[in-house]
Amino acid sequence: MKKVAITAVGVTKFNKSEKPLESMMLSSIRPIFENAKNLEQDDIDVVLTSTNANRNYLANIISELSGIKPKISHSVESLCNSGTNSLVSAYAYVSSGLADVALVVGADKADNPGLVLNWDTSRGEYRHPIFWSSMFTSAHMRKYGTTLEDLAYVSVKNHRNALDNPHAYFEKPFSIDDVMHSKRLTENLRLLDCSMPCDGAAAVVICSEEKAKKFTDMPIWISGIGQKTISASFTKNNDLTSMESTKSAVGDAYRMSNKVAGDIDVVELHDAFSICEIIELEDMGFCQNGQGSKLVRDLHDTNNKKVNPRGGLIGAGHPLGATGIAQVVEICQQLSGKAGKRQVDGAQTGLVHNMSAGSTSSTVLVLES
Amino acid sequence: MTRFEDELRNNNFVCSYCMKCQHFVWPTSEFCNKCLGDVTWKQVSKDAKLVEVSSKNGKYFCIAEFEGNIRVFGSLLGNHPRPDQNLILEKCSYDERPQFVFK
Ligand SMILES: [Zn+2]
Repeated sequence: MKKVAITAVGVTKFNKSEKPLESMMLSSIRPIFENAKNLEQDDIDVVLTSTNANRNYLANIISELSGIKPKISHSVESLCNSGTNSLVSAYAYVSSGLADVALVVGADKADNPGLVLNWDTSRGEYRHPIFWSSMFTSAHMRKYGTTLEDLAYVSVKNHRNALDNPHAYFEKPFSIDDVMHSKRLTENLRLLDCSMPCDGAAAVVICSEEKAKKFTDMPIWISGIGQKTISASFTKNNDLTSMESTKSAVGDAYRMSNKVAGDIDVVELHDAFSICEIIELEDMGFCQNGQGSKLVRDLHDTNNKKVNPRGGLIGAGHPLGATGIAQVVEICQQLSGKAGKRQVDGAQTGLVHNMSAGSTSSTVLVLES
Repeated sequence: MTRFEDELRNNNFVCSYCMKCQHFVWPTSEFCNKCLGDVTWKQVSKDAKLVEVSSKNGKYFCIAEFEGNIRVFGSLLGNHPRPDQNLILEKCSYDERPQFVFK
């Protein structure tokens, strides 16, 4: 397989607007052509779009609107990890030699269908994601003594990190008290424990090693990929204190990149709800099982931005098809030393974790400068 | 899937079952998810085990498991539920979505 680099990135402000999906995608593509040296539309031979907006022929429409005539163009949909799924597909085209340069762009709008997986009849009347989140929380509280205050620390930390992210949906800080007293959705889930659906788009260009030199002096290498789907039904998660698909995906990504958790300097992980961050830190080896809450408190207390520096999904917002790509954009900026106030000093190796539908599917990427 | 839905509406839970592989196929499907062969409909026992529980507005909702492998979300009546406790399917129905009530 050929080496594959990310050479340019773009992201829009996450908000709620009247802007059509196509305009949002183009807004995230424009900075790529503005900032990448020597990159022209003719260089791009793959265009992949990721969205849950049920749009026909979208990759070809975006190609036409951005003046690209690709060899390969199509959409990729996998609910919340659509973005990283499309990036993995683009990686396969480039690493195999079938293509040299791929543009990957994801977007969604807050009111897109697809926020809820109707197919999963095993969820019965409890189909909204708050119910699976509440089950993970109950199980983790029971086994490890995790508290509502522990969960609040995730939200406070990620909202605080989002303050330094000009593209984040949330623009104000919240205290532990704010989270503890925000609207109760279930006995162990409050409104501020949840990521918010919103509008947003993000894009990256990936290419082969030979092409990378033409477009940038600072390529970010995709050195590890792991992806696993255990089911589409949430109830097939046997152990509700962990995420089986995440453990499988991260194991593959670490093996491929020859890295372990201790080598990772900066992480964007899929905090769809507060409990997710705690479980994922444990499942990806950043701490022992049952120690995720303590790690989050330590990060909060020391103002350490290693985990979810852009604010995660909770602080930055969650436009499904854009989320995975926006996570990749953040890690690229971190590894390039261009993350501004969010910068994790000296970050050289980063990890992206993106999952969907109650962790029935997960994608993990290891990126290196 | 109408048989599944119709039976639920009559307060009866039937699930697709592969005679060859001798297992329930859940969520229901026309094909066995092991051998991809045809399935039949089989009555599911009303006995279940509580897997996990939470509550909303003072009412419990839970994941319960039938027959050792059919897990569903449903409502739970009663007090102080604990995982692994035995449950009975009190009522089931179908109104755009399956509905299960345990006690
Ligand atoms: Zn079979």
